[in-house]
Amino acid sequence: MRLAADQVEYTVDGRTLLDRVSLALAPGEVHAVLGRNGAGKSTLLRLLAGDLQPQNGSVTLNGRALMAWTPRARARMRAVLPQSESLRFGFTAAQVVALGRYACPQHRPETERRIVGEALQMAGVGELALRRYPSLSGGERARVQLARVMAQIWEPLGDADTVTDAGGGPRYLLLDEPTASLDLAHQHGCLLQARCFAASGVGVLAVLHDPNLALRYADRVTVLEQGRVIGQGATREVLTRELLERTYGIAIELVHTAGEALPVVVAHPPTSHLSS
Amino acid sequence: MNPLLSSLRRPLPLCLLLGVLALAAAVGGLASGPLAIGGGDILGALGLGTPPDPTVSATILQLRLPRVLLGLIVGAALAVSGAAMQGIFRNPLADPGLVGVSSGAALAAVAAIVLGAALGLGAAGRWLLPLASFGGAAITTLLVSRLSRVDGATQPAQMLLVGLAVNAVSGAGIGLLANIASGPALRALTFWMYGSLGRAGWPEIAVTAPVVLLALLLIPLRGRELNALLLGEAEAAHMGVDVERLKRWLVLLVLLAVGGAVALTGIIAFIGLIVPQLIRLWAGPDHRLLLPASALLGGALLTVADTAARTVAAPVELPIGVLTALIGGPFFIALLLRLRGRGETW
Repeated sequence: MRLAADQVEYTVDGRTLLDRVSLALAPGEVHAVLGRNGAGKSTLLRLLAGDLQPQNGSVTLNGRALMAWTPRARARMRAVLPQSESLRFGFTAAQVVALGRYACPQHRPETERRIVGEALQMAGVGELALRRYPSLSGGERARVQLARVMAQIWEPLGDADTVTDAGGGPRYLLLDEPTASLDLAHQHGCLLQARCFAASGVGVLAVLHDPNLALRYADRVTVLEQGRVIGQGATREVLTRELLERTYGIAIELVHTAGEALPVVVAHPPTSHLSS
Repeated sequence: MNPLLSSLRRPLPLCLLLGVLALAAAVGGLASGPLAIGGGDILGALGLGTPPDPTVSATILQLRLPRVLLGLIVGAALAVSGAAMQGIFRNPLADPGLVGVSSGAALAAVAAIVLGAALGLGAAGRWLLPLASFGGAAITTLLVSRLSRVDGATQPAQMLLVGLAVNAVSGAGIGLLANIASGPALRALTFWMYGSLGRAGWPEIAVTAPVVLLALLLIPLRGRELNALLLGEAEAAHMGVDVERLKRWLVLLVLLAVGGAVALTGIIAFIGLIVPQLIRLWAGPDHRLLLPASALLGGALLTVADTAARTVAAPVELPIGVLTALIGGPFFIALLLRLRGRGETW
């Protein structure tokens, strides 16, 4: 019962973007993917989303090849938040979220409206429901898109064909740099929502740039370097100073602040003109 | 806003209003002309009352009714095709005329008229024109969608440029054929270039209209998928839309609608651009409303335009394509200005 990449390889024009990478996302956990720009984070997410097909290895959803599911069945089990959005038509924010319900069994209109409203609330943009999407700021749009992908997998599945054990079908949410266009408070808000969503039985995979967010919100982490996994496992155990320095190629310090169980990752750039 | 006005943004009231508008346009089209005909006589001629004078009856049934039906069907076909293409390409400037599909269909049709006999295609008879026109539409659509792809995504600007080139080449082709054509074929060419609702009669309508109507009925069933597609092709696929199948299916239906429309009336520009934009402006981009509403407004608009084309300068009949281009050109510029510098597409 998981969304898993097994020994996947992906090559473009002779350049290996992913080299025998495995990752298993289980329902209920938040899994962060870290790495430098170009390390293969987004490629891995797009393989798990089914946008790309690996040249070697396999991607399976609940034990069955990802692409063997019908598009609709896939969409009921996993939603994807892409890195950028390009919607230029004048839907309202609520309409955009309702678009996410395309593959879901449709309830009565009131119920559908309630789900859309709650998803917008959860993403912290409840008051924007009737605003026209193109008139929103980048951060507001990102949160409306988050509401849309949450609405897509809002309820546990009931269908016999997708549920193989008791307790509702598993759901997965793939987030590609969900915090990229958000301010500090909303970055935490977004990942808090991801945590809540995970607590309701959704497996959340998030590509992140900030190791502090990963430390705080992820149960597990996969660290990539040039298409290879250089660290994978429980976040607190994997994200050591040594690994972070290797990953980002910069001096790192783990600072423990008073009253906080978690260390804070502080970067020390090599030629910082601020340091004396 | 006034509650009555805002209720007209909802699907059912808006479609009812547009339906009434289309009906009024049809009645106006039947009534006006060199011989003004009253409502009682119109109903009578249609078999809904006492039959009028045979001349009046013939004017209605043989001259005006086919034109009005053509106006409704072709107007609806062009508007719905425009709306669907704009959805497929996620670009409000996509229009069967602007991107060259109409002129490709017209070139093929003209070639069939001028060269058909010489090439021994006469056997196709009444089917020759619509078939040639569907074929021309198919080839240009394929060409335009291939050439306007940059890195796997359709580029709006690229598509308009390719359309420009296709229109130029098709225009040149039609001009060349005009040079080698003679007599009646030559007269037919102006019809293809500027469009007319006066050429096709009942036999042509009987052959081509069912195909166009079928496409018109099937396209609006894809409203939800088109809505999802507006988010992007990858996003729509994540949401459970079979994007490639949807695009193939819609492109085929648009081909049938546009090819059929061109076979019946020649090139009529800008209906496919203006009508969906007006509906979006008024009621938003939801295709579940946009597609049927565009059909109704497109039919109404083309019928009114045709009635105007044959009455304003009577007894001379203005080419309807000239009239729609006169209205559509400035509208297109206004649209470009409005889109410029803002991220929004109505």
